[in-house]
Amino acid sequence: MREAGETLTPVAETRSAILRAALPALVVFALLALGPAMAEAYGGGYLTSLLMRMMILAVAAISLDLLIGQGGMISFGHAAFVGLGAYVAGIMVTEGAGDLTLILPAAILASALFALLTGAVSLRTSGVYFIMITLAFGQMLFFTASSLSAYGGDDGMTLWDRVTLFGFDVFKSDLALYYVILGVLIGAYALSRSLAESRFGRVLRAAKENPTRVEAVGFGVFQYRLTAYVIAGVMAGIAGVLLASQAEFVSPSTLAWQRSGELIIMVVLGGMGLRNGALLGAVAFVALEETLSSLTHDWKLIFGPLLVLVVLYARTGLAGVVDRWIAQAGRGARDG
Amino acid sequence: MSTTLLLIQVLNGLQLGILLFLIAAGLTLVFGVMGFINLAHGVQYMVGAYLTVAFYGLTGHFGAALLLALIAALAIGLALEFAIFRRLYDRDHLDQVLATFGVILFLNEAAKVLFGPTPLSLPTPEFLSGSFQLVAGLLYPWYRIAVIAAGLAVAALLYVLVRHTRVGMLVRAGATTPQMVSALGVDVERLFMTVFGFGAMLAGFAGALAAPIFSVEPGMGDDLLIVAFVVIIIGGIGSIKGAFIAALLVGLADTLGRTLATDAMKLVFDSSTANQVGPALASMLIYVLMAAVLFFRPTGLFPAKGAS
Repeated sequence: MREAGETLTPVAETRSAILRAALPALVVFALLALGPAMAEAYGGGYLTSLLMRMMILAVAAISLDLLIGQGGMISFGHAAFVGLGAYVAGIMVTEGAGDLTLILPAAILASALFALLTGAVSLRTSGVYFIMITLAFGQMLFFTASSLSAYGGDDGMTLWDRVTLFGFDVFKSDLALYYVILGVLIGAYALSRSLAESRFGRVLRAAKENPTRVEAVGFGVFQYRLTAYVIAGVMAGIAGVLLASQAEFVSPSTLAWQRSGELIIMVVLGGMGLRNGALLGAVAFVALEETLSSLTHDWKLIFGPLLVLVVLYARTGLAGVVDRWIAQAGRGARDG
Repeated sequence: MSTTLLLIQVLNGLQLGILLFLIAAGLTLVFGVMGFINLAHGVQYMVGAYLTVAFYGLTGHFGAALLLALIAALAIGLALEFAIFRRLYDRDHLDQVLATFGVILFLNEAAKVLFGPTPLSLPTPEFLSGSFQLVAGLLYPWYRIAVIAAGLAVAALLYVLVRHTRVGMLVRAGATTPQMVSALGVDVERLFMTVFGFGAMLAGFAGALAAPIFSVEPGMGDDLLIVAFVVIIIGGIGSIKGAFIAALLVGLADTLGRTLATDAMKLVFDSSTANQVGPALASMLIYVLMAAVLFFRPTGLFPAKGAS
């Protein structure tokens, strides 16, 4: 199937090459940084909240790509971690402990613990069994959330207060939250890149190609995979905290299996394992969803077949296409 | 808990198990023979239900509607196979998951556009509309008994087909070593199409049977699909026998769990905690079951691949 174009990253990359490769991401970050100013001019508050949702989903997609793209672990329950973080935030705000300095450690702890437990069981299996068992764990959390009748049950709960930071109401305005989310996104991107280029990432990719050999060389494949699973889970959990803070609402649908499917779509649409894949995929997914749903109420009638066509015919993902453009432009500039 | 109530719950559990089996049978065959994860299988269940409602509206006769719905479900399944799915057999699981997810989005939305978002219902066919006395003071509807009987009949038919016919032999061989089957000169493409169409029709049949019991609405197959996956994973992918046993197991565990969990929790916790924990535990039960089975037998109870 899709070749991850950069599975073998040369150890010594020149600085300009690194910069060129990260260019699409930098452009996206720059545009996002201008987002609130653009919203001021055109879309108003709606555009701001749309962009925030886009960035949060990008964080979740980047974390999922660490599993799918780097590790070859197709998790079909990744939305569970987003939901877990969101519920931790929702419950703590409702209980009057709505400070980010309390929520974040709690959410990180909860998602790390959940990832450690479920990962330890799931990673005993592989292939389709892994897909299904991660799905099953996601469903378990979904039903747990629906049964929390003190916190809204099936209907979910509204967060009546915004989260605070060191007791200050800095997030009263969307603007502060916006830039915090952007900061987290850039951090997640940087983390995923440095992981991918570290020895850790190379072991993960090697184990994806041939676990037996990696084991024979002396690496504990299971430990590496479990570590990746926990890191990805925690990143998604943080995304969940942000999602709850931004939407001021949490419901079981945040962790429905369809959400996990959408995260996979973002990763694959963008190009699995490619440097900017998950980021571009999430941006494109939200933009596409928004455009189509503004055209027609029944936008899934278009999106469904589009997805089938992308899977059947577009095999490199968006990031692959963008990389090729940049390479061509670079050659063109040198030649002429 | 009285014995009569328990008896009703056992019957309801069997009935859910039978519906699950009808869905899981096609899923496990398609998966076992072609290595193809078809998320859209649950939508075919929904299609079956909607077709039955639509044809009932046209003909006013349940039997005729059922027959027409089965034919249409088969046709739709074959059309999907021809247009999309056969291009995905040699792709990896991720591509299959995504493409069939796209099909789910489309068909769910199409159902919403064609029939409206509000749930539809189908009256119970007249000749099965009554109830009968199971034991003194306990009525059980005939229709639900008929569903169980029909499901058992299909299971028996499948058993004969898979065990004692040439196609069945090829299916079993295909589930074990697909390369060998095609190396021996069997027209694998046609075999795949047959299996796929048959599986789609079974899912449609389950939908038709379920239409008078559950409400017919867009997305009705989504949750059942996940449960059907749980069934085939527990049973062992590719095994009809495994699917049958696991379907009954899951149907009973889920139904009885919902009735008994709260009472069981009351033995441990006070009643308000039990009322909270019980239902949560009940809806998780089948997933715990699956995780436990996979923990001890990572390829399910009756794995077909590599089995003798």
